[in-house]
Amino acid sequence: MKLLSNKHRFRIAEGNLLVIVVVLMVILSFATKNFFTANNMRNLVRQTSVNGIIALGMTFVIISGGIDLSVGSVVGVSSIVVSKLLVSGVGILPALLIAVLVSTTLGLLNGWIIHYGKVPPFIATLGMMQAARGIVMLLSNARMIAGLPKSFTAFAQKVIIGFPSLFFVWLVVILITFILTTKTVFGRNIFAYGSNVEAARLSGINTAKVTLSVYAMSGLLSGIAGILMTSRLGNGIPTAGQGYEMDAIASAVVGGASLSGGSGTILGTVLGALLISLIQNGGNLLGINAFILQIIVGVLIVGSVWIDQKRKNVKS
Amino acid sequence: MEARPFLEMRGISKQFPGVKALDKVDLTVYPGEVHALVGENGAGKSTIIKIIMGVYQKDEGSISLDGTEVDIPNVIEAGKMGLAAVYQDLTLAHHLSIGENFFMGQFPRKKNGLIDWDYVYTKTEETLKALNVDVNPRLKITELSPAMQEMVAIAKTVHKKAKLIIFDEPTALLSNEEVVILFEIIRKLKESGISVIYISHRLEEIFSVCDNVSVLKDGKHVKTLPVSKTNQDELISLMVGRDLTDMYNIDHFPKGEELLKVENLSRTKVLKDISFSVKQGEIFGLFGLVGSGRTEVVRAIYGADPIDGGQVYFKGNPVKIKHPSQAISLGIGLLPEDRKHQGLALAQTINHNINLASYKAISRFSFVQGKKERARSEDSVKRLRIKTPSIHQYVRNLSGGNQQKVIIAKWLCCESNLFIFDEPTVGIDVGAKQEIYKLIEELTREGHAVILISSYLPEVMGLSDRIGVLHEGSMAHVVDREDFKEETLLRYASGL
Repeated sequence: MKLLSNKHRFRIAEGNLLVIVVVLMVILSFATKNFFTANNMRNLVRQTSVNGIIALGMTFVIISGGIDLSVGSVVGVSSIVVSKLLVSGVGILPALLIAVLVSTTLGLLNGWIIHYGKVPPFIATLGMMQAARGIVMLLSNARMIAGLPKSFTAFAQKVIIGFPSLFFVWLVVILITFILTTKTVFGRNIFAYGSNVEAARLSGINTAKVTLSVYAMSGLLSGIAGILMTSRLGNGIPTAGQGYEMDAIASAVVGGASLSGGSGTILGTVLGALLISLIQNGGNLLGINAFILQIIVGVLIVGSVWIDQKRKNVKS
Repeated sequence: MEARPFLEMRGISKQFPGVKALDKVDLTVYPGEVHALVGENGAGKSTIIKIIMGVYQKDEGSISLDGTEVDIPNVIEAGKMGLAAVYQDLTLAHHLSIGENFFMGQFPRKKNGLIDWDYVYTKTEETLKALNVDVNPRLKITELSPAMQEMVAIAKTVHKKAKLIIFDEPTALLSNEEVVILFEIIRKLKESGISVIYISHRLEEIFSVCDNVSVLKDGKHVKTLPVSKTNQDELISLMVGRDLTDMYNIDHFPKGEELLKVENLSRTKVLKDISFSVKQGEIFGLFGLVGSGRTEVVRAIYGADPIDGGQVYFKGNPVKIKHPSQAISLGIGLLPEDRKHQGLALAQTINHNINLASYKAISRFSFVQGKKERARSEDSVKRLRIKTPSIHQYVRNLSGGNQQKVIIAKWLCCESNLFIFDEPTVGIDVGAKQEIYKLIEELTREGHAVILISSYLPEVMGLSDRIGVLHEGSMAHVVDREDFKEETLLRYASGL
């Protein structure tokens, strides 16, 4: 066991998850009439895409040893900003850019506070979670923003070669984040930073850059998720994204990311997000009480970390 | 009359993956005895202590306390059996008062159910007084000096009715006067019949406070002797098992140009007007007692800590190093004193750690060139003989010596010219030590310069071309190799 290398270990963790996801899909296909229908699949993928994109941003933060509780509120900010701009007649492209820019700035602000203020990530982003939601409520007067242009809302409904458009956005984000974490110096530095800040600093890594980048990345991806969600729902909704931080953290953790930093994979998070959606979607189709599903997801989160800890203890 | 031993360990063995940490070790300690445990790092001292304290479980052998065979499943049970250890990272709750620390978990109650604070503080004061520790029991631990914290930690074990107290390098953080106080306390413990196991690298201490000494080497019990019937030289040869001069016998090479020059380096309250220079091909030792500023000097040069004054020259040019990245690009590499917390990303692979500081050189548009990355790691593993099945192994699974080699490999990949080694051989076994010394030799052969910090005099004397002796943040003396004498260096280090 001791000789098992890094790469192998990750493959085993992800492999297990992949098997569970596939088995669950097969079971659901046989157990329910509606699971394997085009409609349900598209719905599943649309919902997972939004969560999945946020979870990927969260994965960066978690690998760096931090946490971002503000993602749900940033989704809300992005949703309201893009809606307000569109309703007031701004073109789609500038509206999207501004919403993404605002979200990224909020993430950057998180990173800045954490690095320069030495505020623990939990507190800094908890504050941002509150403050950003406040901004949403102020901007929207706590009311839904209706009357978005058709061309904007149509995007989420689009189906390209059988897959919903949101899936492709997710796919692109998966690809880019995968490359970032596995192929770039930036990715290597996040892992090093997450497993030992002081060693990273003494090895010449610019720790300010790492911190600011990961939180900006999380803000950026939350912003994109907020736009996609708004397009899907057809309205700007002030409560959009509430509680999404929990789904994002759960996806990353179930996917093998460790909250103590230094480990986590893009593929793991993708599978984690899929598994959580599958449980919710499949459970609904099977007519299982939604509250029971919540309990199952809770057990899954704790259980996956428990098993991971056990495996680590056996090793040492 | 033969007294009954308090602790009797027979044939204790402990196996860790890939290494036999203890091999049939015996250890007997009588009540009121101060028993020294000596051995090189990796000899098995800390393993045996951890077995006594219930942190590790023995694989073989028996432990008896006061004549009864016992099983020590964990630290809490060990405490109940009267076993206590005073470590450097003291087990005190820093934001509570001394009294609260003493009574934690068993506060005395008044009739109305509230804590009887008067009792807590009078009782604590009594215990402290009995050991001649003069401090107000209402002070918080954070308000005490490190030395006082240590005294309080010792008093706490007495309060908890410990019958055997283990001291692990108790003098590392103490000044000379404080050491005297500590020894006084140990004598008082002895008088009251408490057994003491005393571990220290400073052999002279063993002769002033211990009754008997057991020598461990490579996990084996070599010999137990009364201190009155031995001397330092004998202990050292028992510990090392061969002549010491051998180990440090490395080639020294002609010196080249001046590589690093430090002028009046200062940092408020830490460093005062430090000046010295290091030439190419030279090994410059830095020696001093704990708190003398050894580590602080190199951290300041390296840009890890800010400086308030002074000038550093590298290859003749004045430089201002404000961040380690600047030091690295100049060609300076630091092997920090605490490899686990400062030197390595333990949860990452060898491959990652070796390349950590030099990704710039093997990336294009910020994309890592995986082939080059792996090739460098493979080369380094071969060149430095890092024992591992693969470069994708996690660094945390490596032995201490191999971990140090990974850090050295990291700086070799940066093509550094100046290697700063801060306590490079702490916690690694004799064989690996020798390999590190050979590496240092090789570096100087290639014309690189080395700054070597070590608190172990024989090491720093054996390897260095010159030694800078620090005392309370100032450079007391710079001594040439032909003038190295243990006594002189110690005198300079103590400010005499």
